[in-house]
Amino acid sequence: MVEDEGIRRYVAHFILWIGIAIVAFPVYIAIIASTQDNALIANGQMSLLPGGHFFEVYYQTIFVGTSGSTREPVGNMMLNSLVMALAIAIGKIAISIISAYAIVYFRFPFRMSIFWIIFITLMLPVEVRIYPTYKIVADLHMLDSYAGLSLPLIASATATLLFRQFFMTVPDELLEASRIDGAGPLRFFWDTLLPLSRTNMAALFVILFILGWNQYLWPLLITTRDDMQTIQVGIRKMITTTDALTEWPIVMATAVLAMLPPVFVVVAMQKLFVRGLVETEK
Amino acid sequence: MANVTLRNVRKTYTGGFEAIKGVNVDVADGQFCVLVGPSGCGKSTLLRMVAGLETVTGGEIDIGGRVVNQIEPADRDIAMVFQNYALYPHMSVYNNMAYGLRNRGMAEAEIKTRVEEAARVLELSAMLERKPRQLSGGQRQRVAMGRAIVRQPKVFLFDEPLSNLDAKLRIAMRVEIRKLQRRLNTTSIYVTHDQLEAMTLADILVVMNGGQVEQVGNPLAIYEKPATTFVASFIGAPPMNLMSTRPDEIKSQLDGAADEAGIVGIRPEDFAITDQTPAGGVALPLTVEAIERVGAETFVYGSREQEDQRVAATPGELPPGEVIVRIPGTDAPAIGQKIRVAAVRPKLHLFSGDGRTRIEA
Repeated sequence: MVEDEGIRRYVAHFILWIGIAIVAFPVYIAIIASTQDNALIANGQMSLLPGGHFFEVYYQTIFVGTSGSTREPVGNMMLNSLVMALAIAIGKIAISIISAYAIVYFRFPFRMSIFWIIFITLMLPVEVRIYPTYKIVADLHMLDSYAGLSLPLIASATATLLFRQFFMTVPDELLEASRIDGAGPLRFFWDTLLPLSRTNMAALFVILFILGWNQYLWPLLITTRDDMQTIQVGIRKMITTTDALTEWPIVMATAVLAMLPPVFVVVAMQKLFVRGLVETEK
Repeated sequence: MANVTLRNVRKTYTGGFEAIKGVNVDVADGQFCVLVGPSGCGKSTLLRMVAGLETVTGGEIDIGGRVVNQIEPADRDIAMVFQNYALYPHMSVYNNMAYGLRNRGMAEAEIKTRVEEAARVLELSAMLERKPRQLSGGQRQRVAMGRAIVRQPKVFLFDEPLSNLDAKLRIAMRVEIRKLQRRLNTTSIYVTHDQLEAMTLADILVVMNGGQVEQVGNPLAIYEKPATTFVASFIGAPPMNLMSTRPDEIKSQLDGAADEAGIVGIRPEDFAITDQTPAGGVALPLTVEAIERVGAETFVYGSREQEDQRVAATPGELPPGEVIVRIPGTDAPAIGQKIRVAAVRPKLHLFSGDGRTRIEA
């Protein structure tokens, strides 16, 4: 920041506030709507001030669910989403850090070919390979299970590439010093490389958790049982109702609840995340 | 405590590049051996081969009577200090020093004694809990030394440990390293490209060039009797003046000796500004081109009337026809002045025409 001078500063702040309003208003509406009476929303008379149904709406949402469509309590959907998102984030980090370690630090036959094969899978996201992936998951009897929800999304190249790039910036002398200090490959990985990757892992965890949490197509496809539904799929199902009024307060409450875990993860990891960007510990 | 012997050691990289072309060096127990040479001469590669970080293509490396060619670095009983220190950034100073000992399964009490002793010697006691990034360059260097000391290895290996420090600190640490090595009496091999560091530290100096050893010996002996023109110009600063013996001006003064020799070398400090021509010496008329006064001494850069042909290709070599003269004090001739400089016979170094052989006159 250079010196801000008078009027310019107010103009800049004014523009920023407009931006904030545009982004925040829908969120505000969702929170307000989740505290109103459904009848008021349905006939278009929703107030912009909080209504008086906060506790009953959220209680019903979390523990009971809608009276129509899915009939699944949102609490359970959140648990499913949480398990899936955590499994994807942790599984991806674990697998990719190990494969990156192998690719960067070991010389084995076809090392580069393997690297390129991993690299090429970047071009094949789930949406592209959805039919064969579904077939495999179905044949392995993993439909309607946590494994089926998370495993196909764990295998991906992005995290491997990220760790590879990071490992290549770690000075070779650290490995050599470890060898002289009597640390074998596993010791070096555990004692030196993992602690050094901490901030990278945190950054990846944030990104991958949100990615996993926001999955829609894949869970929609492989879960048929209501009790295996994730929250993103659940919201969609709540909105479409036949012969009944959509229960907007519950839909909005679900949307608000769906926002909370990613917000929590970002806030909790922010310090580590930013430190990873600012600090060079090499 | 051990001697280190390199027997015809070779290193060829896949792709055919020959980095080390048969090196024989014998470092006795407790000696401080310095490998010196220009960058790319293979000195670091050779050190890393002793450490076990590079494979050995041919020959034998013997540490304390045991051929270690096939032995892992950790089992060679060596400790190494790296140029960039290679401290573990996430570990405290204490843990950096203790890590190697813990990996060997040493008891925590013994580790504590050793680390604290090393910290005391290196004046690091107050910073054992700090992380490397909270330390200055000199302190990091000392931690790297500490990590080597606590191991109590048979051999210390130093890979240009001082080149990341500023000039003043470098001199201080140089003295520290020498004192420490004397006290511990541990065989050491030290790689540097700085000839001053090499001269001051070494018990035994190995001058390397192009993957080969040019000369091995006591530093002063090498200074006094360099075996090749490469050694002559590499050891000593400013470098030795090397001149072809072809021009009549020099040839006539060398009477006879010039027949065998193709190159005559005279160190800047062996010249004196004088009108006399000493018997059997060499006198040259010069035009003063530049003066460098550094206080205790002055360097006079002069050009000879005759254009000389280039005699040897070495780093830091003077342009042909230029001569450096080093005189004490600050009383120097003026720029553009014509002077005569002379050196007496015992101070002349004669080499064969290709610069590979020294000729004793």
